[in-house]
Amino acid sequence: MSAHSETTRIAIAHETSQELGLPKDHRILGIWIFLAGECAFFASLIGSYLGLHLGVAHGPTGAQIFDLPLTTVATLILLTSSLTVVLGVAAMQRRDVRGMQLWLWLTALLGLFFLEFQGYEFYTFYHGGLTLQTSAFGSAFFTLTGFHGLHVAFGVFWILLLLFQSMKHGINEDRTTKVFVMSLYWHFVDVVWVVIFTLVYLAGKVG
Amino acid sequence: MAAITERVTLAHRQAPSYRGIWAWIASVDHKKIGIMYIYAALFFMAFGGAEALLVRIQLWQPNNHVVSAETFNQLFTMHGVTMIFLVAMPILIGYINAIVPLQIGARDVAFPRMNSLSLWLFVLGGLFMYTSWFMGGAPDAGWFNYVPLSGGHFSPGAGVDFYDIGLQITGIGTLMTAINFLVTILNMRAPGMRLLRMPMFTWSALITMLLILFAFPPITVNLILQMMDRLFHANFFNIPLGGNALLWQNLFWIFGHPEVYIVILPAFGIISEIIPTFSRKPLFGYESMALALSVIAFLSFMVWTHHMFADGLGPIVNTIFAITSMLIAVPTGIKIFNWLATLWGGQIRFTTANLYALSFIPLFVIGGISGVMLAMAPADLQYNDSYFVVAHFHYVLFGGTLMAALAGLYFWFPRIWGRLLSERLGRWNFWLVFVGFNVTFFPMHILGLEGMPRRISTYAPGYGWTTPNQIATIGAFILLAGMLVLLYNLISTFLRKPDLEQDPWDGRSLEWSIPSPTPEYNFAQVPLIEDRDAYWVAKRQGKELPKAEPLGPIHMPSPSLSPFFLALTIVIAGYGALLHVDWLALIALLAAFWQIGLQLVHEDHGYHVHPDVPAGGAAE
Repeated sequence: MSAHSETTRIAIAHETSQELGLPKDHRILGIWIFLAGECAFFASLIGSYLGLHLGVAHGPTGAQIFDLPLTTVATLILLTSSLTVVLGVAAMQRRDVRGMQLWLWLTALLGLFFLEFQGYEFYTFYHGGLTLQTSAFGSAFFTLTGFHGLHVAFGVFWILLLLFQSMKHGINEDRTTKVFVMSLYWHFVDVVWVVIFTLVYLAGKVG
Repeated sequence: MAAITERVTLAHRQAPSYRGIWAWIASVDHKKIGIMYIYAALFFMAFGGAEALLVRIQLWQPNNHVVSAETFNQLFTMHGVTMIFLVAMPILIGYINAIVPLQIGARDVAFPRMNSLSLWLFVLGGLFMYTSWFMGGAPDAGWFNYVPLSGGHFSPGAGVDFYDIGLQITGIGTLMTAINFLVTILNMRAPGMRLLRMPMFTWSALITMLLILFAFPPITVNLILQMMDRLFHANFFNIPLGGNALLWQNLFWIFGHPEVYIVILPAFGIISEIIPTFSRKPLFGYESMALALSVIAFLSFMVWTHHMFADGLGPIVNTIFAITSMLIAVPTGIKIFNWLATLWGGQIRFTTANLYALSFIPLFVIGGISGVMLAMAPADLQYNDSYFVVAHFHYVLFGGTLMAALAGLYFWFPRIWGRLLSERLGRWNFWLVFVGFNVTFFPMHILGLEGMPRRISTYAPGYGWTTPNQIATIGAFILLAGMLVLLYNLISTFLRKPDLEQDPWDGRSLEWSIPSPTPEYNFAQVPLIEDRDAYWVAKRQGKELPKAEPLGPIHMPSPSLSPFFLALTIVIAGYGALLHVDWLALIALLAAFWQIGLQLVHEDHGYHVHPDVPAGGAAE
């Protein structure tokens, strides 16, 4: 309105942007939107698996080949890594850089443990007669869990990059956002595993 | 118009500067990226159009042998893939890039480097698909590439691999565009620009990006599954080993139906900008227009099975999807009536942009009505796979999307390129395209009802198909003439000196409130928005737009070549996988991930521009 002086207008503009509740950094909204897309990605993969998991042809079924104790340990390891990444972010928010680095190292280590379990699982399944080429079930199983594993591997790579950056250059406001964004991705990868563990392993063992 | 002189000073370090073509390749400016999207879309349109002309020449008379049946399959497949993925989407994304940040009063998009990556993945992915013509043949299983036809057994060549990998590459780019513009529109609006004050084109962009976000992951998964089948002998679609052919159809159309709204909603947005401007009236029913966009987007995820009525999924499934499909006609009808009500009593100016916009309405209504006819599941079994379907989707995609894209070209040309296209040539261009379009595609309704199937490379005499086919082919050449006039108009306009008119159409939204050519920082001072159509209201009141900030240095992102090289690396990985050169694919993929990692720890300090605006302000 014309009655406002320049400074009042600017004050109003500031208030309006406060009203809108605009977050400070675009990357945080960006990663949430990216994860929404990732939900659709994994929903499509999981849906394909559920549509195909009975197509075992002459190969083994899920009930025959899944090793629940092994996968349960792997699941616990991955879920623990969600805790460690939270502790890392909390340490970062206390400006405790050493603490953050410690917890992030642990997170990356747990991620690697999980991948090792998955590698071992793939190896035993391969020798148990289930490969990508055995049946539609095999194709869907390896593709779904393989893409999840790739997400974990990429997360580990991401954590290591941020760790090296913080060790070399320290931490600043921009890098704390980088760490926070990574932690959201890491949680997402864990949550997806909960769904996979339930729908693929638990339901597969029963059905 | 106030003159603006700029001093570029150092922020933390000097921004890298590039010259000539590298300045374009390294650009992270949404305006330049928008221009490159539009250029690339027009480039691919020439190829898609040439393929269509060859199809029409082949169908000129019964038992014709201009091209072989194999080539014919490649031609119509690449025509469809090109026009959908390499023309319709990119030209609309080009406008969204060039215009949406200006309409919301922003200085760039949220993630400028990611924007550049989106562009180069599209351009290089499109060129990748086109190299298939020289590497053993183009994709030939139709644009929706059904299994088992597209499986390794029936399509042993590399054509379908080019489809699978090429569309994955361009698709990643499109997904990143969606993330980018969702954040841009949600986070970067000028103060006071509430959602219900945004221009309708920005609304359409917002809803389109939501559609992309949820529609592209299913097609990505589908392409991955087929790639696993074709390259690594998995069994997703191999029925003897437990696979399922319907899986492809479901995942494809869960993407495919939202996709048709991805290419029509921005077209609705363009029409919703042009008709109010050239009627000198506010858009009628603004809230209902925004709501209609949202409802269409919501429903578009619940109709995919209407592409599968002939599969035999049973009467219950078919009925449900027939009803949801017909429901979409309600919000679409609301939009049509709102445009008509906007025109009602307006001072209508028949510029070329408006002619295209006005022709959009009846053409899209024809396509919509044939769409409702196709949505009736029992009747669909009669139309299915006939030229009636071809007529239907060309009326919505050409009569709808392309007419709107051309309207947008004439409308926004002065904003994007600082010159006005010739209106005299524009008339020729419009009437030739309008007549050519109808002469080409209207007879296809009749051909379809007379039983001519889609995708046949030739036909026997005696079915009564010859005359409508010949009319359609003549129409295609009238269309060609119309597009050549457009090309001439573009070239002769570029050879002229820029007229640099700021606001030639008496525009309504913020993109017309800034000097021409648009400064690289867009707004010297971000405006404060107090109304819908704020710029138009301010002009009517004889005032300037209020400013939301004092003049000061403006932070700009640095240009970067890394998005281009990342896109190039991904395309090299694509060639490696496709040619079974495993080491190349592996190295390129690792290199791509390494580059992504570098982006994740990248810190861009950018640089500052000091706009030096004399008293009076930038906007007059």
